[in-house]
Amino acid sequence: MAVLLEVDNLRTQFDTAAGTVRAVDGISYTVNEGETVALVGESGCGKSVSALSVMRLVSEPAGRILSGRIVYKGRDLLKLGEEAMRGVRGREIAMVFQEPMTSLNPVLTIGRQITEGLEIHLKMSQSQGHARAVELLGLVGIADPERRLAQYPHHFSGGMRQRLMIAMALACNPSLILADEPTTALDVTIQAQILELMRDLSRRLGVAMVIITHNLGVVARYADRVNVMYAGRIVERADAGELYANPRHPYTLGLLRSVPRLDEPRRARLVPIEGQPPDLARLPAGCAFAPRCVYRVARCEAEAPVLAPAGAAGHVAACWELERVVRKERAA
Amino acid sequence: MSEVLLQVDSLVKHFSIGGGIVGGHAGQVRAVDGVSFSIRRGETLGLVGESGCGKTTTGRCILLLERPTSGRIMFEGVDLVTLDEAALRAVRRRIQVIFQDPYSSLNPRMTIGQILAEPLEVHGIVREKKARAERVRELLTQVGLLPQHALRYPHQLSGGQRQRVGIARALAMEPALIVCDEPVSALDVSIQAQIINLLEDLQARYGLTYLFIAHDLSVVRHISDRVAVMYLGKVVEITDRTRLYEEPLHPYTRALLSAVPIPDPELEARREHTVLRGEVPSAVNPPSGCVFHPRCPIAVDRCAAAVPPLREIRRDHWAACDLA
Repeated sequence: MAVLLEVDNLRTQFDTAAGTVRAVDGISYTVNEGETVALVGESGCGKSVSALSVMRLVSEPAGRILSGRIVYKGRDLLKLGEEAMRGVRGREIAMVFQEPMTSLNPVLTIGRQITEGLEIHLKMSQSQGHARAVELLGLVGIADPERRLAQYPHHFSGGMRQRLMIAMALACNPSLILADEPTTALDVTIQAQILELMRDLSRRLGVAMVIITHNLGVVARYADRVNVMYAGRIVERADAGELYANPRHPYTLGLLRSVPRLDEPRRARLVPIEGQPPDLARLPAGCAFAPRCVYRVARCEAEAPVLAPAGAAGHVAACWELERVVRKERAA
Repeated sequence: MSEVLLQVDSLVKHFSIGGGIVGGHAGQVRAVDGVSFSIRRGETLGLVGESGCGKTTTGRCILLLERPTSGRIMFEGVDLVTLDEAALRAVRRRIQVIFQDPYSSLNPRMTIGQILAEPLEVHGIVREKKARAERVRELLTQVGLLPQHALRYPHQLSGGQRQRVGIARALAMEPALIVCDEPVSALDVSIQAQIINLLEDLQARYGLTYLFIAHDLSVVRHISDRVAVMYLGKVVEITDRTRLYEEPLHPYTRALLSAVPIPDPELEARREHTVLRGEVPSAVNPPSGCVFHPRCPIAVDRCAAAVPPLREIRRDHWAACDLA
């Protein structure tokens, strides 16, 4: 499979009242054509900012992309002018956000919001645009498309709005969709519908996807490869099956262990990750997870670990104490 | 088996919606439509369901933040619905709440110490100022915070720490019952387990009773002794934790459980998923008969005709489905 997107040592910072926040602190990952890759982590880990960086939608001047490369189909997006970048956004790479209501224009009809991009990007006529919009609504399972296109966002339920966002994302046949917590605001039965729809469409149309989420279950069901993020860095990466079967980074282990699971007998007590998430404006010198880590040694506080092989091919983790983690996990 | 602390009986809460050109009566939202359950002292009852199912309104009725349209709420042998304001004040102390978003339920201009001391003073629980400060320190320690947190403001704490303050404030009243309304759903995954463990520890130490309202079925299974599943204003199934998760009887409960993604890709690939069609209908105009029938994978003609009563299908296992 050919590499579609390569993010290489990306750094994105924000200047805030509390100081400079290193939201994305040197991350590298790839997405192959047609593949679904997950960025998983908790609030403030940098997963959303890394997607916004790919779209070059980091709000300046407070935020800026400091360094790195974002190579999409052989072109470094960070070197493109604004005009050329506009041809990428929505046309080549589309985005689906968590809260569809805030990404839809409340005073434009649904039809207009879908056809606008078609007319700009694909130079379609009004009637061509309309025909494509009808087709798109059908594709995402919205019944009675002619009537629905004349309606406004407030006429749609949360689940239906997210279907609309997916239709809009697919409008110009992009090669890549970045979905930022696409189902977090939805109820669980609707979440299942939307995720099935996204998976079905991505397979049928061959669109690659980056799913950004905090939900380890969603990742397990839908992702081919997984990047676990903590405090602006990728701390572990593997194929989904490998990551869940052999988690290696103490943070990944902690996350998997802290959630109650329906497929296992109920445990008497949950095992949380102790401590608080880090303050991104005051990150420690070494490993950002060290203050909460049960495997911490002196070196962790001095020197930030880099991604190193941690098992099967393609499985990497950033931890100085990997060997000890592996030994202890085997014994357990 | 211990005594029943709270007995909710045929609870109904309808909200009228204004509307129409002259501000007339446009209809009614049947938020809670005949809900009955009981909670024994020291027990945790989980109340699960999706948004709009009436679980939060049920909690608000028990907290007397809403006046029920009809029904009884028996708490320690007294029907709360019949009490006047003065009598309610005394009861309110005994029933406390923990909200989803501790940030919006803590006054940003007060220190944590002031937030915790105020109800102690207002309710005359600790009258002397010095003793109040001492009690605040004690409460902070009980919820895993430090005495010096009393001097901080809510914005200086993390989400998990703020939820600990919310719990301390509820504890300050020495309640018998705490209504926990989505107490961990706004928190990061790694912090949720900390708060759940804290709630369990406090329950064991003080013999607290919880009504645990949540949409996360895995969390509810972990913390609850018994679980009630709500859909569109009604309880569709209620039983103990083990039976609900191992032998669910109502098709809605089954669909809910199957929709929860499990963090294991191999299992997920093998598992059968019942993806429900459609969406939750409006509580203004609920479907006829069984409110779940338009989405139900096993519905037959008669489901649209008559409302199935909640019946005891197996011992202590109740479900509102004719086909169960």
